[in-house]
Amino acid sequence: MSKLPDGRYVDEAPFDPQASIQQLERADLDAPNWVLVWRKFRTHKLGLISGLFLLLCYLMLPFAGFIAPYGPNDRNGEHLYAPPQSVNWFHEGKFIGPYVYPIVAEADLETFQWKFVPDTEDPRPIRFFCKGSEYKLAGLIKSDTHLFCPPEGATLFLWGSDRLGRDVFSRILYGAQLSLTVGLIGISVSFVLGILFGSMAGYFGGRIDWVINRVIEILRSLPELPLWLALSAAVPSNWSPVAVFFIISIILGILDWPGLARSVRAKFLSLREEEYVRAAEMMGASSGRVIRKHLLPNFTSHLIASATLSIPAMILGETALSFLGLGLRAPAVSWGVMLNDAQNLASIEIYPWTAIPMLPIIIVVLAFNFLGDGLRDSLDPYQQ
Amino acid sequence: MVMLRYAVYRFFTMLLTLLVVSVLIFVIINLPPGDYLSNQIAELQASGQSAGVAKAEFLRKEYSLDRSLPEQYLIWMGFWSGPHGFEGLLQGNYGWSFEFDRPVSEIVGDTLWLTVVVNLAAILFVYAVALPLGVMAAAKSRTWIDYTSAFVGYLGLATPNFLLALILFYYGHRYFNLPIGGLMDPSFEGQPMSWEKLKSILVHLIVPTFVIGTSGASAMMQRLRANMLDELGKPYVETAIAKGMAPSRMLTKYPLRVAFNPFVADIGNLLPSMVSGSVLVSVVLGLQTIGPTLLTALKTQDQFLSAFILMFVALLTLIGTMISDILLVMLDPRIRYEGREA
Repeated sequence: MSKLPDGRYVDEAPFDPQASIQQLERADLDAPNWVLVWRKFRTHKLGLISGLFLLLCYLMLPFAGFIAPYGPNDRNGEHLYAPPQSVNWFHEGKFIGPYVYPIVAEADLETFQWKFVPDTEDPRPIRFFCKGSEYKLAGLIKSDTHLFCPPEGATLFLWGSDRLGRDVFSRILYGAQLSLTVGLIGISVSFVLGILFGSMAGYFGGRIDWVINRVIEILRSLPELPLWLALSAAVPSNWSPVAVFFIISIILGILDWPGLARSVRAKFLSLREEEYVRAAEMMGASSGRVIRKHLLPNFTSHLIASATLSIPAMILGETALSFLGLGLRAPAVSWGVMLNDAQNLASIEIYPWTAIPMLPIIIVVLAFNFLGDGLRDSLDPYQQ
Repeated sequence: MVMLRYAVYRFFTMLLTLLVVSVLIFVIINLPPGDYLSNQIAELQASGQSAGVAKAEFLRKEYSLDRSLPEQYLIWMGFWSGPHGFEGLLQGNYGWSFEFDRPVSEIVGDTLWLTVVVNLAAILFVYAVALPLGVMAAAKSRTWIDYTSAFVGYLGLATPNFLLALILFYYGHRYFNLPIGGLMDPSFEGQPMSWEKLKSILVHLIVPTFVIGTSGASAMMQRLRANMLDELGKPYVETAIAKGMAPSRMLTKYPLRVAFNPFVADIGNLLPSMVSGSVLVSVVLGLQTIGPTLLTALKTQDQFLSAFILMFVALLTLIGTMISDILLVMLDPRIRYEGREA
């Protein structure tokens, strides 16, 4: 690129009249689908940010133990319902790095509550990369190094502690492991069922279609929550938390597939008349092959978008179930289980921080909604 | 005439669906091993109280819990003769609640119509909020009205119902002196209907209605906005504007009527989620609807009680869906009576 005296820019490469003037657009037209999708998705700022945020959240899950200063069930008997401690950087005008004031519990004989008084004379710096309670990295590797720990002889409750003196912040991190994966497992179940039944109904039609349609109608016309409640009440109470967790997510998935199956069926109905389907059938492809190789790839992207939009419902479902005491149970930690503590007005009024787990729920659900909207808009790059 | 035929047809499909649903509910209720009485018998035997065992055994016979499951189902529904002849749901006998030791009909009694009232109020709320907001958001799309309503809508979708309930209750009580918990002042319970009682119920309904309706309203608002936007881009709107029609009249006269269709059709989707929401919210807020009773019944395996409540909830949604289908056909002559499937 060189600049002419009159201020214009001229490309130094020699002019080649043979080069196609459409080359640039050609590259555009030949670009694989995902490039086009990505290009469009990038313009959807809210969706992009939400996607990144969710990616970070899920990447964080295996390292929850490392980031959390406490274990999920570490009790601190002397600090029940301790309020959040603020982390400060400057003590009396002097910079000493992040520190907290140790708090001491004092009984208030008028209200019969514990009052926590910070000792503002005694700043204690937070330790980094220190030894703390033992945990398993990604559930496999044992370790006891934490990103940051409470100072010696003091506590570090960033978001307060609950009724057993457990750190709310650490529990939210651990709770994310279950609360965020419930949606993924549930959606996989619903995906498999929805695609299976939806494609069967749409491709074969006739009697199969009729039966599946009626099942879908019935399942859709029933209120979800009472069914969830009934099904999860059927889970034996002596099962291990992990088993209960899987069953709950499968229950959420089983009741979610009808919506997906309906859209799959509608797509199949219109696509099965296409000529390439006829061609594949003529060449002797089995129906399974036609469905998998020729029909499904047409709208998997669509399905992914709608799946993204139905994950929030599952996360909220798990929360509701656990909140009512029919979902996950202690010692398992999930956001719903934590909110179980904040069930009454008294605790919201006196210990508002026990309701903090609602923030991650709201944020994650919003993020999934935005991401899903962005995906839905961008997955069809040819649409204007 | 055709209309009537469709209504009758729709009614019978509803009955058929209800039958299938009853089987489903019965199976789900009987999924956990054992039943209330056998659990009780085991407990009594473990603690060595033989007197109670005899009573429980008697009850087991009385409610034919000792028979096979299909037989139990038929007897429960009233298709089959039980120990005392035909006594099932069809005959208006809802069974016995073991947990409360009273007939089911006595326990649910009042709560049934209160459940209907709460849900009706919530549906009215959804329409009252979603209709103007959705139209406004579409008419003034990409302005602050649109963005604000979208933001509020998203927030409504994302906040778990029960939390919203708790928070609203707290602040409602604090700043507006709204009553906490329940559906009426305790002094009116069991009293005959009067103006005072009605007023008390209405005041108590404010928060629950808001909580149950919010997520439905935001979903419906978004859909209405999308539909309206589709319609607003069409040539006939341009023609109307070009001819100098007043914007508000133009909006309500043409695009809204077309966009309104899915609005009615949506009741089918809205109702189940609404009833779900009301169950949860009732538990949190202590409303005298069937929600809390259902929860106790499920937790204690009180099978007749929980089965009846589930049946009632299903019936409620099925009737609502049926009404919405019939309304839809009445509103839109383009819909064929044979059904909406392609």
